[in-house]
Amino acid sequence: MTERHKINVSKLNLFYGDNHALHDIEMTIESNTIAALIGPSGCGKSTFLRTLNRMNDLIDGVRITGSVAVDGQNVYGPETDIVSLRKRVGMVFQRPNPFPMSIYDNIAYGPRIHGTKKKAVLDEIVERSLRQAALWDEVKDRLNKSALGLSGGQQQRLCIARLLAVEPDVLLMDEPTSALDPISTLKVEELTQTLKERYTIIIVTHNMQQAARISDVTSFFLNGYLVETDKTDKIFTNPNDQRTEDYITGRFG
Amino acid sequence: MNSYVDKLDEKSASGRAAWKPSRWMNMQNKADATMRYVFIISAALVAAVIFSIIVFVGMQGVKTFAGVSPWEFFFSTDWTPSAGKFGAFPFLFSTVVLTLLSVVFALPLALAGAIFTAKIAPNWMREILRPATDLFVGIPSVVYGLIGLTVIVPFIGKVVKGTGYGILPAAIILAIMIMPTILSISEDAIRSLPGRLEEASLALGATRWQTIWKVLLPAARPGILTAVILGMGRAMGETMAVFMVIGNSPQMPKSLISSTTVLTTAIVKDMGNTNYGSTWNNALFLMALLLLVISLLLILIIRVVARRSELK
Ligand SMILES: Nc1ncnc2c1ncn2[C@@H]1O[C@H](COP(=O)(O)OP(=O)(O)OP(=O)(O)O)[C@@H](O)[C@H]1O
Ligand SMILES: [Mg+2]
Repeated sequence: MTERHKINVSKLNLFYGDNHALHDIEMTIESNTIAALIGPSGCGKSTFLRTLNRMNDLIDGVRITGSVAVDGQNVYGPETDIVSLRKRVGMVFQRPNPFPMSIYDNIAYGPRIHGTKKKAVLDEIVERSLRQAALWDEVKDRLNKSALGLSGGQQQRLCIARLLAVEPDVLLMDEPTSALDPISTLKVEELTQTLKERYTIIIVTHNMQQAARISDVTSFFLNGYLVETDKTDKIFTNPNDQRTEDYITGRFG
Repeated sequence: MNSYVDKLDEKSASGRAAWKPSRWMNMQNKADATMRYVFIISAALVAAVIFSIIVFVGMQGVKTFAGVSPWEFFFSTDWTPSAGKFGAFPFLFSTVVLTLLSVVFALPLALAGAIFTAKIAPNWMREILRPATDLFVGIPSVVYGLIGLTVIVPFIGKVVKGTGYGILPAAIILAIMIMPTILSISEDAIRSLPGRLEEASLALGATRWQTIWKVLLPAARPGILTAVILGMGRAMGETMAVFMVIGNSPQMPKSLISSTTVLTTAIVKDMGNTNYGSTWNNALFLMALLLLVISLLLILIIRVVARRSELK
């Protein structure tokens, strides 16, 4: 390849044991764009997302072929340091997963493990991250209370803040707003727009309007195949593939 | 026009009409009530048994103070029943030291083992390690005592040029005894943590060790504390194995390798020589009561410490 894409996926196949979950995925994503992944439940969106920061390595019996490159560097190469890869390619999971610690410690966890010790610096990171994730006002008076006492939506925003605190390059977001009320959803969507200036964002969503509102490019997955990737406007007005049109117009899925 | 809300109301109203208990439900409800009484009665029975043990031991023990002053009993180090001297301080002291020391020995190993079995060992090794650990929990204490008597005591004796009896060999034996208990309960606690925690930590670029130390162990802390409490209880109450290696002189230990006596072994050693109702006999009951109280206190302290370090 001549030009350098932020993310370049080619001939990617993934098997859960005998279950062939991803078929020959080809995709390129440029820096500072928001890519939306859409498709019916079980089509492999989360699985694909997790190949980008090697979270699938944790699952027994997963086999992967093909290549994924971030900044031209092969993610599955033998010399790849998984820990620094995950630091650069961070993830917000489909289900919120705060640590059983205080809100403050949750956010400070990432910076701490990466070597930040100064209280003042940590304080500043915690406040900035929580503000970015539109959670600061709700929790600023109880930073030392357990994060498990937050509501589901607050927990999800906490997880977003926790990720922002480590300042990755690429944000993988697996349905980050599925548990949020419309107002926090809006806040998170606004957040993605500001983050775009510095990050590359890949977001899985079941919400067509959301994909149309916030993303630059959209990829449609079906049964483990990537049906098509195109500019979001194009996908939602005049997709190339009939199946894409059927899906976004609600005729199936 | 009908709004959705009206329709909802209709639905729930018709739902409520249908909500009459059937005969089957009636039977179930009755069975429920009966079971509740059975459980309440069993719980009350257990509580009553425990309570009466405490009362009996307590009443018997308190009679000691007719012959000995509480001050002497708790703080004198002179235990010479034939001369009417009943200072139980050495027993108390040795019990506390021995219990703490054995937990200090056992905990690091047990935790390392628990982490290894739960998070690091490959599957086939885990399949072997788990039943093996459970097997160790079931070995009778006299067997441990024998090993202590024939291996550890002579070894220590040779190294320090002495008899080799004392708190140190007892603590080693107890550590070996309670380690599998602490290991297997801690391992359960670590393994039952949701995988999401580990994922979250790794996805932030944490290493496996950071994940284990900073996320998994703190999250498993309540389970690990329970394991330590159970281990401590076992160590404090253990009699036979300790009896075989601690030397059994009724005196303050001068070091970790000098003969001494703990509460449990003092009771077994003397109980056969005393007449029911004598001061000596009562003093033994008082020691039993102390044992009970100390273990309750330990549990309480650990709970309080744990609660304090936890978040609201
Ligand atoms: N850990 C796993 N082990 C085995 N099979 C899995 C595992 N995770 C997912 N799969 C399978 O892989 C396929 C894709 O799942 P995936 O979770 O990627 O779907 P998804 O598109 O994210 O769906 P949803 O929108 O419901 O989140 C499914 O058939 C699923 O059953
Ligand atoms: Mg998913």
